[in-house]
Amino acid sequence: MKLPYLPDHDGSSFFDFVSMHHPELALRSHGMAAVPDQVRAVGQVAVPSATTVLALKYQQGVVIAGDRRATEGFQIADRRIEKVFKIDDWSAMAIAGAAGPCIEMAKLFQTELEHYEKLEGVPLSCEGKANKLGQMVKANLPMVFQGLVVMPLYVGYDVKRGEGRIFKYDITGGRYEESDYHAIGSGGKDARNTMREHFKRQLSEGDAIKLALLALYNAADDDVGTGGPDLVRGIYPTAKVVTAQGIADVSDDTLRAVCNDVMAARRSRET
Amino acid sequence: MPMPYYVSPEQMMQDKAEYAKKGIAKGRSIIAMEYVDGILLTADNPSASLHKVSEIYDNIAFAGAGKYSEFENLRKAGIRHADLKGFMYSREDVTGRSLANGYSQSLGTVFSQEMKPLEVEILVVQAGANHHANEIYRISFDGSIIDEKNFAVIGGKSEAVQTLLKENSPSQAPPLDAALKLCVTALEQTANQKLPPEGLEIAVLDRTRAGRKFRRVSIADVRLILSP
Repeated sequence: MKLPYLPDHDGSSFFDFVSMHHPELALRSHGMAAVPDQVRAVGQVAVPSATTVLALKYQQGVVIAGDRRATEGFQIADRRIEKVFKIDDWSAMAIAGAAGPCIEMAKLFQTELEHYEKLEGVPLSCEGKANKLGQMVKANLPMVFQGLVVMPLYVGYDVKRGEGRIFKYDITGGRYEESDYHAIGSGGKDARNTMREHFKRQLSEGDAIKLALLALYNAADDDVGTGGPDLVRGIYPTAKVVTAQGIADVSDDTLRAVCNDVMAARRSRET
Repeated sequence: MPMPYYVSPEQMMQDKAEYAKKGIAKGRSIIAMEYVDGILLTADNPSASLHKVSEIYDNIAFAGAGKYSEFENLRKAGIRHADLKGFMYSREDVTGRSLANGYSQSLGTVFSQEMKPLEVEILVVQAGANHHANEIYRISFDGSIIDEKNFAVIGGKSEAVQTLLKENSPSQAPPLDAALKLCVTALEQTANQKLPPEGLEIAVLDRTRAGRKFRRVSIADVRLILSP
């Protein structure tokens, strides 16, 4: 039955709906000219990017955290950008890549999950959400050749299994589950190195947040694209925890206190 | 050559309206009522999984009476309309009024142009935030739209329920438990039978909640409220 004056579509996916009926709103590159090679060279693409975001499991769930810096070539584009997004009550995603399309994908994914839940009357499973995000990353592939990479890191609490889960992706939409921890972005390798040294199964929440911030601190230490704590402006990394109780922000006070501990420990070793 | 038989437009519309009304009256009633913290939706619905009441957006809900497949279709189209608008502009730009208008246009066009009218009557309700008034829109099978105050009833013996509520409704918006008792009593009296909590579908738009205001009230909670 076609209803005039109302959207005419079948299916429960908002992403498919906008892709089909409002392609200008979806992650597509229709009509975009290919970016010339010389513009694509390092430091020349004028889109804010570079990042370290990470996720690690602990006893009650998963902690996901990210730095606050966005760069445009050799310039700082934003000192306070948020890279960790609440997606629904049980999951969050962090992003690395070109800031504009990244934020667009996070918003689209939020709408997608809420849309499905309202139409179907039940939320998607944790696995279903992770797969859907993979399809959206895959749909963004043409944009990758234009220099606009979107790389998500997704964490969710699987209510059925009773555990937190971490999913990483590649640019083709490939989806891989991580058993303990992962970090992506320009400083991802540095953060992973730190976590590899200090990670233990069944960490407490406090220890997990501390390790996350230590890994971000080390990444900022070695990577120009990653911002460390800004003591003058009072800017610290952001973090969220996803547990059986749902998603919660780690408070600014906690983040500041833990960052100060990390820096104090480093200071005592350096002097 | 035989002449094609002539039916006057009045006659045709009347026949269609009668057909639609008959379909809607066969079902059971749904009440939307303002209470202190928002809007309460009470449906006489024996099914636990086929909903008559559902969430559309942050502070907007939908209720449909009549033919399930038809109002389900309208519900889904409404969610698409709202989510698209919220995505394109912002969450606060999604309004019940615009959605109710869309439904009205759609139902009106189907009624006048299609062979078979939709056998549905729907409610679009929006809980007002920041001291804005609540909005309740009742939309009929022919697209006519009525802006209701305090309460609205659709489906089944809606006029009888309406009369009962008019006699008993308090001047001020009642608290949730009083509103629910009032609605259930009105439904029971017109249905001439006791309605168990399992046979009721209850939901609220609760403006004290953060973010999405729609919440289904569990059977256990309904039993607790209704227990004397």
